Amino acid sequence: MNDLKSNFAGIESPNPFWLASAPPTDKAYNVNRAFEAGWGGVVWKTLGEAGPPIVNVSGPRYEALHGKDRSVIGFNNIELITDRPLELNLQEIAQVKKDWPDRALVVSLMVPCQEAAWKSILSQVEDTGADGLELNFGCPHGMSERGMGAAVGQVPDYVEMVTAWCKEYSRLPVIVKLTPNVTNIRQPAQAAKKGGADAVSLINTINSVMSVDLDSLSINPTIDAMGTHGGYCGPAVKPIALHMVSDLGRDPECEDLPISAIGGISNWRDAAEFLLLGAGNVQVCTAAMTHGFKIVDDMIDGLSRFMQEKGFASVSDLVGQAIPSLTDWQHLNLNYTVKAQIDQDLCIKCGRCHIVCEDTSHQAIYARHNGERRYEVNEEECVGCNLCVTVCPVENCLTLRKLENEVDVRTGQMVSPAEKLQWTRHPNNPMANADP
Amino acid sequence: MELITTAHNGPSGIAAERLNEAECQSNFCEMHMPLEENAARVEAERCYFCFDAPCTEACPTGIDIPGFIRMIANGNAVGAAGLILEENIMGGTCARACPVETLCEGVCVRNHGDDRPVTIGLLQRFAVDEALQEGTEFFSRSEQTGKSIGVVGAGPAGLSCAHRLSVLGHNVVVYEARSKSGGLNEYGLAAYKMLNGFAQRETEFITSLGGIEIVHDVILGRDVTVQELQKRHDAVFLGIGLGGGNMLGIPGEEAEGVADAVAFIDGLRQADQLSAVPVGRRVVVIGGGMTAIDAAVQAKLLGAEEVTIAYRRGADAMKASIVEQEFAKIRGVSIRYWAQPGAVILEDGRAAGVEFQPSGDTEAGEKFVIPADMVLKAIGQGSHLERAESAGLFEVASGRLVVDEERRTSCSGIWAGGDCIAGGDDLTVSAVQDGKVAANSIHRALSL
Repeated sequence: MNDLKSNFAGIESPNPFWLASAPPTDKAYNVNRAFEAGWGGVVWKTLGEAGPPIVNVSGPRYEALHGKDRSVIGFNNIELITDRPLELNLQEIAQVKKDWPDRALVVSLMVPCQEAAWKSILSQVEDTGADGLELNFGCPHGMSERGMGAAVGQVPDYVEMVTAWCKEYSRLPVIVKLTPNVTNIRQPAQAAKKGGADAVSLINTINSVMSVDLDSLSINPTIDAMGTHGGYCGPAVKPIALHMVSDLGRDPECEDLPISAIGGISNWRDAAEFLLLGAGNVQVCTAAMTHGFKIVDDMIDGLSRFMQEKGFASVSDLVGQAIPSLTDWQHLNLNYTVKAQIDQDLCIKCGRCHIVCEDTSHQAIYARHNGERRYEVNEEECVGCNLCVTVCPVENCLTLRKLENEVDVRTGQMVSPAEKLQWTRHPNNPMANADP
Repeated sequence: MELITTAHNGPSGIAAERLNEAECQSNFCEMHMPLEENAARVEAERCYFCFDAPCTEACPTGIDIPGFIRMIANGNAVGAAGLILEENIMGGTCARACPVETLCEGVCVRNHGDDRPVTIGLLQRFAVDEALQEGTEFFSRSEQTGKSIGVVGAGPAGLSCAHRLSVLGHNVVVYEARSKSGGLNEYGLAAYKMLNGFAQRETEFITSLGGIEIVHDVILGRDVTVQELQKRHDAVFLGIGLGGGNMLGIPGEEAEGVADAVAFIDGLRQADQLSAVPVGRRVVVIGGGMTAIDAAVQAKLLGAEEVTIAYRRGADAMKASIVEQEFAKIRGVSIRYWAQPGAVILEDGRAAGVEFQPSGDTEAGEKFVIPADMVLKAIGQGSHLERAESAGLFEVASGRLVVDEERRTSCSGIWAGGDCIAGGDDLTVSAVQDGKVAANSIHRALSL
């Protein structure tokens, strides 16, 4: 088995799987269980400043979007930062770190945007022996209305300012956690880097309203007939997180800024994808909250076998390997042409490919052949859009066939994908650039 | 289910009380447990919502099956029932009695590979039962046309026809020979398929629309003639079903202990107490259709010790599907294939067994006897067209009325459907379709 040792922004852990700052990391009891289960590290649930503890709702604070089989696809919460006294958390952090010296223990922080408030808490955290800091600039509910969390993360100047304070008053590595509730994720990341951040982590949760109860006509989760927006996470947000992580992964200005990926990571496959798109490690929350800590076994074993199979000696070798495959639309090769093809032996004749193509796309799949129920592609109309492939219930029944040195019967043009044609040089583009 | 059986020491001959009433009731439980709401939704989610769905094509009434299943998946069972009943007013009975494995479920695309079909029958039952429970009104009558139609037979064909005609604004009088409505739903289907008086409940639902008057104990040919009905009404629909059972034509057939399977089931369905229904200790059922299965299984459930279905050809040729054959076998019924009955063996003038000649490829084999104190014939029913025929009014083929696509008989102004017409498949669902098609045709004819 491959060694999964990880060094993220100078913080070492036996594997790249950390638990994100959230309910699973709120106290020593949970964190001890996580470490016993094999998690490489945790980001302790966000601490606030000393004083009267935070108050959470006593009504429901979670709600889920369920799939057909009642699996949790999406998840949202309206929980605030830790509601336990600061002193108690600090004591427990110190003890846990002492008991588990080989694991990463990072402390998440969120205090008002004042230099004194940050200075005060930083020294206390450092005294615990924790390995690093994560600045919670992402929480989109409850705290943001009080000028913290996402309210800071949405203003790059604040991100830079607070990051700089933390770097000034602490020797610990600083990870800046970013909110996805922005239009351009590069701006807060660049600001964090300017402020001296050792790394960024993303994404925090997405603003969301989960559902409306059709009996009471009020939103879910409901607290005495009222509800509020919460933070959305779980498998449904993974593509959004992948986009944001990879966007930083290929931003020249964020070069060498380590990324801790968060967002719907449920298994080793998800983790591998994030690593390949530039993440240095991954953080998990919803999958643990819906299955318990034991899921890390599969993550460790699966990733290790995958690396062995693909010839990657260490986790860091994976990082960013898929980044070169990501580009902007105008650089895609417009000479690359595919057609749908149906494996008649596998086809169960449900006709879904036909009806979606007929109703909503290109009328490129016949429903009958000599009066028989048989689905066949009409290559004269097929644009290779992949819709039929996505709706086919049978794996590998519908696939895309790459055209090479043959005429595309739809356009009448010879297809030569080796001759790349990008939009930037396409004859139909009035702004085409003649230069290579 | 746990089948309660008797020890092999019951009285010989044909006797009631082989099991007590509680044991009988336990044996006659649901064939398939109805789906609970959550199970229905999970099952509904399995439907691929096929284009030009094969299940709909396979349904004689053409129910939009993917459409109603999607409604169940989205928590709209009543809407689903509406979609079902629009095409098949007896969706409740068909959900219970249809041989779905040879119709909708048999062609479900999920049969491919090692998958299993969506349980369409159970989903249909879930939706219709839910709607009947809620008392939802799905239909209203069009403006009155002032036309009157006489329907003979309150079975699936007749009631389906009557309902559609009433929806279209016509008034209907249904003439029924028996004292209850429902036809074979009430008198012919196995009791365990139609528990809790479902046939009567469905009839009430159908007639609650209004415009349908059912007159009982009126026998065509005895109490009223076709010509009289033609005078009384603007159109006539015949849904008169079939008459008595066919004869085997073998020695001993008339002896005590030999009975018609249809009559046996009829008696059982109408019994106040199941335990009071007399059944043999050893029963042989001759035939290969659904009636044979229903009679044999019910004989077993009543406490018969040995029940054998004897069929003259192989398993594949049986009109009862493999699924039904297995259903019977699981309940302790033996099936002897390739057995051609030769004679009923008598003892003291009563049936004591049936002698068979091996048929098919093994025709040369030795004769054998299956002991039986009760022999039930399930080899099809003859016509009772003599009631309607009235001096050759109709074109008839093999004792059944010849009709065209619109279910018009050769006699102008008279339509027919259900088991009494030629070319049918003896299924409830087909009878319902006949009634519906005929009603639409009658409406078109009367609107000219």
